[in-house]
Amino acid sequence: MKAGARVVLVCLLATSARVLAAQAQIAVAANFAEPIKAVAAVLQKTTGHTLAITLGATGKLYAQIRNSAPFDVFLAANITAPAALEKDGLAKTGSSFTYARGKLVLWSADAARVDAKGNVLRGNSFRKLAYANPKTAPYGEAAVQTLDKLGLTHALSAKLVQAESIGQAYNFVHTGNAELGFVALSQVLAGGQLKSGSMWAVPQALYSPIRQNAVLLKRGNDNPAALALIKLLQSPDIKDMIRSYGYDI
Amino acid sequence: MLTESDLQALGLTLQVAALTTLILLLLGTPLAWWLARTRSWVKRPLAALVALPIVLPPSVLGFYLLVLMGPHGTLGHWTQAMGLGVLPFTFAGLVVASCLYSLPFMVQPIQNAFETMGARPLEVAASLRASKLDAFFSVAVPLCKPGFFTGAVMCFAHTVGEFGVVLMVGGNIPGVTRVVSVQIYDHVEALEYADAHRLAAVMLGFSFLVLLALYTYNGARRREPGV
Repeated sequence: MKAGARVVLVCLLATSARVLAAQAQIAVAANFAEPIKAVAAVLQKTTGHTLAITLGATGKLYAQIRNSAPFDVFLAANITAPAALEKDGLAKTGSSFTYARGKLVLWSADAARVDAKGNVLRGNSFRKLAYANPKTAPYGEAAVQTLDKLGLTHALSAKLVQAESIGQAYNFVHTGNAELGFVALSQVLAGGQLKSGSMWAVPQALYSPIRQNAVLLKRGNDNPAALALIKLLQSPDIKDMIRSYGYDI
Repeated sequence: MLTESDLQALGLTLQVAALTTLILLLLGTPLAWWLARTRSWVKRPLAALVALPIVLPPSVLGFYLLVLMGPHGTLGHWTQAMGLGVLPFTFAGLVVASCLYSLPFMVQPIQNAFETMGARPLEVAASLRASKLDAFFSVAVPLCKPGFFTGAVMCFAHTVGEFGVVLMVGGNIPGVTRVVSVQIYDHVEALEYADAHRLAAVMLGFSFLVLLALYTYNGARRREPGV
């Protein structure tokens, strides 16, 4: 009898997961484009909930949320945007947490271009260096800090090409229109290996840590999909997966 | 009131628009002439091709241009072979993109003017032993002045209003490719609303004045007897 009841309960739960499957609208920093797809797949498999993903530079998404864009969860690429949203009552107080720590790399689509120490930046072998808009993209800010620390800001100013997000920076380098670019490690790795080209992992001493915080937005308070995503992002298995994309956590 | 970088963006925008208008006047006129007078079957496909930028999303144009003008693209191979390097993220690249983007706005009004004029005035000119070139400049051009004016103004204004294509092939370089529309976008995205407002108001006023001038001119011409 007891076993029978348990079977019924499991069946009920399984069907209710299907019946109650919800969708969350989430805003995601562009560097996390690849991992969030995998996270969404796990979420759907385990809970039935789905995610509608909008990618962009953290600052842009922040501005959109402030202007009442309909998002339930925000995965930013810094800690300041989620904190500001909490402070202004646009996100649930105390709900932000670090889901990843990002790493900046100098990348080229050309396998022979970037050396292990990034000395290519001091040479004259390239025409354009892409980076994301530092006003809105934390990885762009990190790129600016790196060039500053290396003392190259002035020397390279004529070669800089600004992308509107780290996604576009990747695109500029991938199409070969910029020989070099500062992008996120997660964009150039697949299964822990460099997908193509050549890269220099920028030493972390050259830029302030890129702590990426997620936050539950006001609109997502009662959305089961949003709550499930927040929970999933803090589970050990997902953390392992996020690490495999080149993040620390 | 406007910051230095706003003024720089404004100056750059006017340069791109002026240069695009000049180039399209030179290239678009023969094209419009041919389209207006040909009976070839190529006319319709070519006219459709010219009109494409009106209906294509700027992202499509921007994406193709980025790939085509890039180091591995056809256009990129040519420009590199000619020693010009690759065009994305350069002022020249922006002008090339603008020429494609604004082509129909120049060609269509001029073509319409040529078609409305018909062959008769040129036949008369020929009977008076004017050479073809002479007939074109002293008969066709004066008769079709409103078409040229409309084409040039629309082309200029449309280039000033360009945004999506620039965003994709420009690279947002101050003084080189950061035009006003992109500057406003950056202000908005960075929550610099006061800056965005000032520049947006300038664009609004400018666009209104351009269209007002166009309609006033064309309206006045229509009322002139004998034109």
